[in-house]
Amino acid sequence: MSLEKITQVTGRAVPVPGDDIDTDRIIPARFMKCVTFDGLGEFAFSDAKAAEKAAGRLHPLDDERFNGASILISGSNFGCGSSREHAPQALYRYGFRAIIAESFAEIFFGNSTTLGIPCVKMSKQDIADLSALVEKTPGVLVTVDLTENKVTVDDVDFKAVIVIPEQARKPLLEGRWDSIADLVDGLDDVKTRVAAIPYLAVK
Amino acid sequence: MGKTLLDKVWEEHTVRTLPDGRTQLLIGTHLIHEVTSPQAFGMVRDLGLKVLYPHRTFATVDHIVPTDQSQEPFSDPLADAMVKELRKNCAETGVTFFDLPTGKQGIVHIVGPEQGITQPGTTIACGDSHTSTHGAFGAIAFGIGTSQVRDVLATQTMAIAKPKVRRINVDGKLAPGVYAKDVILHIIRKLGVNGGIGFAYEFGGSTFDAFTQEERMTVCNMSIEGGARVGYVNPDETTFEYLRGRPYSPTGGEWDAAVARWKSVASDKDAVYDDVVNFKAGEILPTVTWGITPGQAVFIDEAIPDPKDLPEKDRDTAAEAIEHMKLPSGTPVEGIKVDVTFLGSCTNGRLSDLQEVAKHIKGRKVAAGVKAIVVPGSQGVASVAEKMGLAEIFREAGFEWRGAGCSMCLGMNPDKLVGDQLCASSSNRNFKGRQGSPTGRTMLMSPLMVAAAALTGKISDARKVFGIG
Repeated sequence: MSLEKITQVTGRAVPVPGDDIDTDRIIPARFMKCVTFDGLGEFAFSDAKAAEKAAGRLHPLDDERFNGASILISGSNFGCGSSREHAPQALYRYGFRAIIAESFAEIFFGNSTTLGIPCVKMSKQDIADLSALVEKTPGVLVTVDLTENKVTVDDVDFKAVIVIPEQARKPLLEGRWDSIADLVDGLDDVKTRVAAIPYLAVK
Repeated sequence: MGKTLLDKVWEEHTVRTLPDGRTQLLIGTHLIHEVTSPQAFGMVRDLGLKVLYPHRTFATVDHIVPTDQSQEPFSDPLADAMVKELRKNCAETGVTFFDLPTGKQGIVHIVGPEQGITQPGTTIACGDSHTSTHGAFGAIAFGIGTSQVRDVLATQTMAIAKPKVRRINVDGKLAPGVYAKDVILHIIRKLGVNGGIGFAYEFGGSTFDAFTQEERMTVCNMSIEGGARVGYVNPDETTFEYLRGRPYSPTGGEWDAAVARWKSVASDKDAVYDDVVNFKAGEILPTVTWGITPGQAVFIDEAIPDPKDLPEKDRDTAAEAIEHMKLPSGTPVEGIKVDVTFLGSCTNGRLSDLQEVAKHIKGRKVAAGVKAIVVPGSQGVASVAEKMGLAEIFREAGFEWRGAGCSMCLGMNPDKLVGDQLCASSSNRNFKGRQGSPTGRTMLMSPLMVAAAALTGKISDARKVFGIG
């Protein structure tokens, strides 16, 4: 199985500010009553958007200045809570191809990497600067560069360091982010290990 | 240098190191449910793979099952389709299914232990973040996404990096009216909802030594709410006694061999930890959450904080929480009016939770205008509770006694908050919209505190309501 080598993601960005944005917020549970992931994109942040509207404000994903964004910018502990892969699936299907945040919850991070969505950490200050820049010039092209671990912005003097664990960066760069092929390669070793563990060995 | 339980279990279950540096880790026991598995079965089929060890995967239905209707088809056609899909997938692949008519159905994290499937020294994965519950038995248990459910179905392994281990000691005796739920809410309050990222939490100390197996499950269940994907307690006699005689527990000579193995996986006395944190049981009081993350919690005698009094990093989320909860800073949590009370979930839907509450509410009544529901965690729990007369005590007090499932923990079935109702809940998450209404409000607490709220119609100190201590 050959997968795309993800070296960089370039696109418009949208700041969705806030810490601890959980996966219920990203995709409310009622939209998980489905047996495929198709069609989840339109429900991303569904209730958050409605809540902002009710409060007379505009959720960033409803703000047409950010239409077509493929890079999401957020705060710390992004994707906390439920293990639902429906969350990164919804973001991917909405059009997001990279996420920049102060930190990520672990299960969400793994789920996203498996879908080929780089989740990169950036400092709080850099996130604030980048968000301000994007707010000021919506539509400006942002590049998340995994080869040099940096984020840059077209035609603007902005450069920030990103952090992504090597165990996610390497498979993204090498096009092995979906681990199933590697796992299947190890099946002979799996059978050997199973036979050596008392509670698993077939009696 | 001694090893932790995590070191030992990891070593035994390591198949190999993958090219990206992660471990290909053998998952001994795989648990599945209807919400996160259908796509995984589809992916396995699409890739031309098969379920490698069907006898190591166990299924049940919990998230979408109605708790007030046992007859199929369910009134919600989507829910009905999901149950049928799981039934079909299990039948086609040979996976054991604790289906609705078996009398063994329930919340996956209650069914595994109840059946004796959850055992010390094993690795467990399930497409649900509260899989950390199983760590109470000294298992290393991970919540996983659907692609990983696919990986485990097809290869019985997954790709994962080894976490660091933080030892969390709680020592001393809990005061009367203070429960395991208060312990974990307190730990999360102190260490933060993201404090556990990258760590497995090993819980120990004399408080944990004295805990029952079910109390340990309550704590491990919410490890993930503190950011730790894995939480565990070293197995001991309490664990072994719990497992003795359960349907999937070893028997005869195999039992003794198993117990010897289980004892050997516990962390060594001289184990080295990446971090150690100590708490005193005596400092913990009944705890309730006031916001939109499980870390936004206070003791029952405290008030909702003013964001400006909090550390700078917590202020924005606190302000957001205050707006959502419609509870101004300075409001004492004791006395906040509740509309709904929910007793149940994989955190607190076990027999001991129901027993503790029933003991105290006998002969009392739910306050007028409060909707109080009790949802046993499994058909097994429900059946025993009914035989013991607990169901009757709840019904007589004005609680609705329901069938088993996840219910109002996440509102994927018909049990949902309406509008901005405020719910006193024994579940694990108070996220915005978590209980089925986008504007619904959730306050998390122990089962007895939920009961106190049900009887008084407001958030109350269970110790006063029930004359404890």
